[in-house]
This record gives sequence, C-alpha cells and structure tokens, in this order.
Amino acid sequence: MFEPFQYAFLQNALLAGSAVAVVAAVVGYFLILRGLTFAGHALGHIGFAGAAGAVLLQVDPLYGLLAFTLTAAVGIGLLGQEIRERDITIGIIMMLMLGLGLLFLSLYAGYAERAYSILFGTILGISQHDVLVTGLFSLLTLGVLGGLWRPLLFSSVDPEVAKARGVPVRRLRVLFLVLVAITVSVAVQVVGILLIFTLLVGPPATAVRLARTPGRALGLAVTLGLAYTWLGILLAANSPWPASFFIAALSFGVYLPVRLLALGWARRRPAPPALGVKVESEHPVGS
Amino acid sequence: MSLLDLLNQDFARNALLAGAIVAVVSAVVGYFVVLRAQAFAAHALSHIGFAGATGAALLHLDALVGMFALTLLAAAGMGSLGARIRGRDVEIGMVLSLALGLGVLFLSLYTNSASETVGVLFGSILSVTPRAVQITLITGAGILIGLGIIWRPLLFASIDPEVARARGVPVRALGVVFLLLLALAVAQAIQVVGVLLLFALLVAPAATAAQLVRRPFATVGLAIALSLAWTWGGLLLAFTSRWPVSFAIAALAGCAYFAAGGIRRWRVPRRYHAPPHPTREYP
Repeated sequence: MFEPFQYAFLQNALLAGSAVAVVAAVVGYFLILRGLTFAGHALGHIGFAGAAGAVLLQVDPLYGLLAFTLTAAVGIGLLGQEIRERDITIGIIMMLMLGLGLLFLSLYAGYAERAYSILFGTILGISQHDVLVTGLFSLLTLGVLGGLWRPLLFSSVDPEVAKARGVPVRRLRVLFLVLVAITVSVAVQVVGILLIFTLLVGPPATAVRLARTPGRALGLAVTLGLAYTWLGILLAANSPWPASFFIAALSFGVYLPVRLLALGWARRRPAPPALGVKVESEHPVGS
Repeated sequence: MSLLDLLNQDFARNALLAGAIVAVVSAVVGYFVVLRAQAFAAHALSHIGFAGATGAALLHLDALVGMFALTLLAAAGMGSLGARIRGRDVEIGMVLSLALGLGVLFLSLYTNSASETVGVLFGSILSVTPRAVQITLITGAGILIGLGIIWRPLLFASIDPEVARARGVPVRALGVVFLLLLALAVAQAIQVVGVLLLFALLVAPAATAAQLVRRPFATVGLAIALSLAWTWGGLLLAFTSRWPVSFAIAALAGCAYFAAGGIRRWRVPRRYHAPPHPTREYP
C-alpha cells in the first residue's frame, strides 16, 4: 500500500501540497474574518496575467504571479475600505487581467496547454526546486502570521477599538494582503487559479461553523486542508484529472452539508464564536 | 487576404452578426445589472451556465440548451432566495468554484482537447454556426421584448424598492423575472466572450455609460453604442492581428471604463461621495 509513496513526483507533490494547504487554511481563516474573500478571488485572477506574462518571458510562472499579486495586494490594501463598494471596478480589473493573461498565452506557442495548467494547477508535475521554494515561502508566511497573530485577530474582529489601542491597523491590512498574495501565488501551483477558492476559503469556512474558538477553528481548517490536499493528490495520481478537481470536490462536498444543516456548534445560533462578534446572518462578515 | 475579402467569409459575417445582437442585448440588460448592483449574479450565472453547457455536451445534448436550462434554473433559485443572498461572499464563492470545477470536469470527460476548454472559457465567436446565430437572434428579441414590457416598474423597483413596494409594484416578482432575463443574456454573451470575460459585454459598457451620462435612456443608448463599438472593434482587431477576439473586446471595454472614470472625475471634482444605498453593498 505504501509503494506509491516511493515515487519522487508524488513525494514532491505531497510536500508542496502540505505546505500550501497549511498556509492557505490559516490565511483563508483571516480572509473570512475580515470579509475579504473576494480579494482572494481577485488576486488569483490578477496573478493569472502575471503567470502568463512570465511564461511568455520564459521565466518561472511563480515569479510572475508574485509580481502581479504583490502589486495588487499593496494597491488594494492602501485603497482601504472603499474597495468593498467597488465590486464593478474590481470585476472589470479581474476581467482585464484575465484578458491580458489570455493575450500573453496566445502569443506563446503551446498556449492552450499552458493556460490549462495555470488555470487548474500542476502539482503532480512539481519539481524539487519548486517544492523548496514553496516550502520557504510558506514558512515565511506562517512565521509572520504567527508573530502577528494577536494584533491581526484584534484588528480583524474590532478595528476601531484596535486602532484606539494603538494597533497599526492600516499597516496590518497591507501586510496581511501581501501575505494573501504570497499564499495565492504558491497555492496556484496546487489548485490553479480557477479553483483557488476551494483550498483558500473552503476549509476555514467549514471549520468556523464547527469549532468554538478561533484556535480550534484554525486547527480544524488546517486539518481539513491537509486532508483534502492529500486525498486529492493521491486520487489524481491514478487518474487523468488534475488534483484540483478532487480537492475542490472534497472541499465543497464537506462544506455543503455543514453549511446547510448548520451542523455542530452553529446550530440555530446567530453567530459562531470562532468568527468573533460579527453576526454573520444579518450582515456581511468583516468591517 | 485583404480585410474586405475576409469580411466576405461566412464565419466573419456570422461573427459580426451574432456579436452585434449579443452586444445590444448585453448593453440593455447590463444597464439594469449595474443599476441593481447585481454584477455578482451575472458572474455566478456565467459559471453555472458553463457547467450546464459542458454537462449537456457530455450527455450528448445540445450545449446551448444545457447552458440556457441551467442558468434559468439557477436564476430562479437566486430569485427565490431574494435579499438573503446579499453578503454571502463565502457561499457564492464556493458555488462559483464548484460550478467552474464541474464545468471543466465535464469538458475534460467530453474532450481531451485543452484548446476546447480554453475556447469555452474565453469565447469562440469565430466559430459560431448559422444555427447559433438564429438562436441568438430569437433569444435576443425575446429578452428585449421582455424588458420592454417590464422596464417601467423594473426601473422604479431598482431605484427605490421600498417606495415601489409601497406603491404596489411587485418588486420581488420583478426581481425574479429580471434574473431569468439576465440568465438568458448571460448564456448569449458567453458565446462571444466566454465565461471568464463576461463582464466585458454585460457590465463594462453599461458601467462606462453610467459614469458619463445620467438619464436612463441616454445611458442605455450610450451603453448600446459602446457595446457595439467594442464588439465590432474587437472582431476587426482580431481579424487584422494575432490577438484573440475576446481579449480585444475585453481590453477595449475595460480601458474605456477606466477612461470614463477619469473623465467623470475631471468633470466633477472629487467631493463627498454619498455611501451607496444599504441594499447596494457588495456583493
């Protein structure tokens, strides 16, 4: 039964996938808390143009992803609260980025294949070098999040009081979005652009409905993310489909019953405490 | 082959014709989408339509039929949820991702070609068949007639739902009907620009026009003009260069939107911007 694990490609995939799953779960938890899930979605699309541009310039797509997403993250962070009201502007920016990515790829010879792999991930073809890079970025992100955990949680749940208490809310916002950009960039290798939501938001969204405290929600999110990723990779290794399909299916398959049946803790209560004081059913989460 | 020779080809004519119909319909529907702040609904319907189209193809049914069927179903569902759907970023995002994932799964089961996948996601106007043009014409006419019937109460209900409700306007029913019309418009537009670039036709021209003009008729008129310009302009650009059609259309539409924003800010200096009506919040 353990025979498959001897293959290098599988080991690489599982290592990189694990790193990404953990980071994505943690970052995704804060995305939900801050009501910024659409930003995760948007950064993925924006990253697509970067990845495609990198392919055209014969550079590793990851660096294209990072360049575009980091720029966008800083921009979104500095724009502040306004961004939530500008869904048409963001939608059009996303569209422009996708179009740009399409242009870049169409100028490149093997474009459909390349487009497909950026859109859906290539975790089963990941190289050892990429595993190392992914691992380093993940560690960096987790390290920063670990160090900033308290002020970040504070400013996510109650930004006004946090600001009054001296927490640098604005700088944290920009820094957090930078971390999201990094996470999205490495996660695209695993699940691709189109299904990034399912790895970034799926596990934490499920976890916050089941856990009582932020700590437990995070733990559950990480566990779920790892489980989906491992299962997804193993299932994909034996089939012609990308791992992202299976990960997305698992993520949604578990989320749906939890959400519909209000399983576990959130049964008939207005606000799961893992989300803080926001009452999710009445108005949008986040400030 | 010169441009004139190219324009005499069947595929080019079909593309221009289908493109024109979709452009006009999208602009008119898009006006209401922008007014009602339902861009997210258009986004969601396009992804669901994609799953419908590919699922139908897999079951050896007509892809267009599958797309129309599933988007209509989804629109009815969204309409029945009513206002509860607002603020549900997470749920909507998950459903979008699921639909997209399913769509690609069906597509990869149906064909092994990566380029067909990209075609559905980014549009395939250059391979539109005469039959598709006919269907587009019929549905386009249907949508415009439907909007023509309900436009007055719909406008009222969109601008001020509470007062409209007090005046006896069936706000909720109109909401559902509009979503159904939107579903049809989305299914149409996907043929031209594909799933991922839907905003180029459905949202961008109307949003651009709304930044420049105030009165409803003027806005719709401008939106139609812009939409036609981008669609034909994009097609011509694609005919005369290596650019993909949907990219050309998207680029024109997107740049124009931001240019209009710049024009608006130049005409009306930045001043206090009233927060949007409470029901207009994202998403």
